[in-house]
Amino acid sequence: MSTETATPRGPHAESARLAFDRGERDRGERPTSRGTTREGTTARGRKPKTLTIGRIGLYGFVVVAAAFFLLPAVVMVLTSLKSMPEIRDGSIFALPQSLDLSAWAKAWSSACTGLDCEGIRVGFWNSVIITVPSTIASIAAGALLGYALSFWRVKGADILFAVLLLGAFLPYQIFLYPMVRAFSMVGLYNTLSCIVIVHVIFGLPIMTLIFRNFYAGLPVELFNAARVDGGGFFRIFWNVMLPMSTPILIVAAILQITNIWNDFILGLVFAGRDNLPMTVQLNNVVNSTYGEREYNLNMAATILTAAVPLLVYFVSGRWFVRGIAAGAVKG
Amino acid sequence: MSQTSATSVRTAEDREGYPQTAGAAGAQAGEPSVSVRELDIAFGAHKVITGLDLDIAPGEFLVLLGPSGCGKSTLLNAIAGLLDIADGEIWIDGRNVTWAEPKDRGIGMVFQSYALYPRMSVERNLSFGLRIAGLPKAEIAPRVKRVAELLQLDGLLKRRPAELSGGQRQRVAIGRALVRNVDVFLFDEPLSNLDAKLRNELRVEIKKLHQRLGNTMVYVTHDQIEAMTLADRIAVMRGGVVQQLGPPKAIYRRPVNRFVAGFIGSPSMNFFSGRLEREADRPVVQLDGATVPLERYEFSTRPANKEAISRKREVTFGIRPEHITLGDQPDAAFAAEGKVDLVEAMGADTIVWTSFAGAPLTIRTDGETEIRPGETIRFGFDPANACLFDDKTDLRL
Repeated sequence: MSTETATPRGPHAESARLAFDRGERDRGERPTSRGTTREGTTARGRKPKTLTIGRIGLYGFVVVAAAFFLLPAVVMVLTSLKSMPEIRDGSIFALPQSLDLSAWAKAWSSACTGLDCEGIRVGFWNSVIITVPSTIASIAAGALLGYALSFWRVKGADILFAVLLLGAFLPYQIFLYPMVRAFSMVGLYNTLSCIVIVHVIFGLPIMTLIFRNFYAGLPVELFNAARVDGGGFFRIFWNVMLPMSTPILIVAAILQITNIWNDFILGLVFAGRDNLPMTVQLNNVVNSTYGEREYNLNMAATILTAAVPLLVYFVSGRWFVRGIAAGAVKG
Repeated sequence: MSQTSATSVRTAEDREGYPQTAGAAGAQAGEPSVSVRELDIAFGAHKVITGLDLDIAPGEFLVLLGPSGCGKSTLLNAIAGLLDIADGEIWIDGRNVTWAEPKDRGIGMVFQSYALYPRMSVERNLSFGLRIAGLPKAEIAPRVKRVAELLQLDGLLKRRPAELSGGQRQRVAIGRALVRNVDVFLFDEPLSNLDAKLRNELRVEIKKLHQRLGNTMVYVTHDQIEAMTLADRIAVMRGGVVQQLGPPKAIYRRPVNRFVAGFIGSPSMNFFSGRLEREADRPVVQLDGATVPLERYEFSTRPANKEAISRKREVTFGIRPEHITLGDQPDAAFAAEGKVDLVEAMGADTIVWTSFAGAPLTIRTDGETEIRPGETIRFGFDPANACLFDDKTDLRL
């Protein structure tokens, strides 16, 4: 029985292959002839030579689509820089007369959410405190579980995995009430650990899935070699698998940071009054004004809230696209 | 082959199918180094190997040879402890290791895809197992150094696997097995990923290594040249069953069945269907338009065979391309004529394709031949070199 080297498969074929561009998979080739050729031939299509009507139509569609998605962002930025009289009198597309950052300052540090008027910075720091441990813990759990499921043929592993996947497809709203009851029974309800645990639980299916698929793309011989060398469960995970997982770790981090930061309902239900994340605070700022709606402040607060995922997007670039592709499995 | 001369009728030792200790360096009649007893392996409901027995002598180089999917890698992985067996026992160096972890079996293993740890330097790759075992640094360093010298890896210790060529990577993989100081080495198609030239070089290196270290080596391959050149004994496998176990020469000369005959040898043996008969009380095989006398043919001495050959029966007659001579040879007990269809010049040899008894026939001759397609040639062979297989059982008669 010839042991075929496993080819990367599943949604992570690309990242798995990437991991191996610097490692194992090129058989016998010299190190220099790698990567560049592969990128050059497969990653990009042929350059179009002539400008046909179809192509003009295509570009036209792209421009319209871009405008459709960009205009709201433009309006938001413009509005956030205007003063209230300006907003009342002018068109929403009109440029601000002067660069007025007072709405931003107010949104950050003194906007009112109900009775407290400390701005959404409270929510920002809450979100940071929730996102950091949740991201780390859910990635650690997903990586370990994915590793266990793909390399250690645990009895009932397939059933466990199927159940996990089922969890990923069920709308999580139906779990809210049972979980609230469960957490209050153990006295964790409305605490920081409560929301972190909730995020880990809900992140586990997708994290397990992407790590399992990534590890399934690694050759099992590597694992076998480590076993012959005497590695145990954690030793192989820590010394062999994890150092090779950088690409998938980045993807997982992007997915989890954006998911957890953007979460609203879990934070609202489980975090408790003192730990409300930024999204919930934003909602309170926008919805709890009395009298005139301060659009400039609302816009500024919204942009501030969206800043973290946006920053992740701009910093991570190509990795972000992979994260989306991985998330696409979730359906 | 040294024994191609027509008169080499061998002494009575008919080794077909019976395990025996090999003529290896350390082959005493002592305890086997690796012993597989009544091994069953199943993947779910699908039984891959059933009731397999195999004894490997200390210091022996045993090659598991067979086509893809014949269970040879599965067997090796079972010996290594990398997969769960359904039934049976595995003993290594007199210990029952059936349920032992791979690391506790006293084995080193080399994989087809090298399986080097990509984020570790060569040095750390070599020492990984020793570091896990908790050996002191002072002990690890000399062992790594010795292996690196043995395999000419001295200058490469600081490099990552990605910075090595294929041959260097496989040497590191071999080194990783050697550094463990074990008695049994397992090789899982270690040369399959290399190009032809490197494969030959490394094959010689492995052979030298075995002569030098004298360890037991179990080597899985589908390449019959590797098997013939490296092995003290070859186990030819098909469908999870060892078809034949014996020294390379015995397997080449006396394949137990048609499968082994066709699998060993390149180009492969020519087969013709015919009928075993008696003519003037002498055995002959009646082919399509030719009668080959068999009095020089050495029938198998298997007990059941006596009865089998006493009656007429449908048989397959096989003769290797290298056992056919061109022109009129005095010692060729059988001669015939044919028209040349194709000539393949291979440098040292030339393969001549013609037809005989209603089937294509290949003849291996020297590289200097001037034969052209369309010519009519005379050829002959000595039936002592032929093989006769019962069509019912596929076994050699």
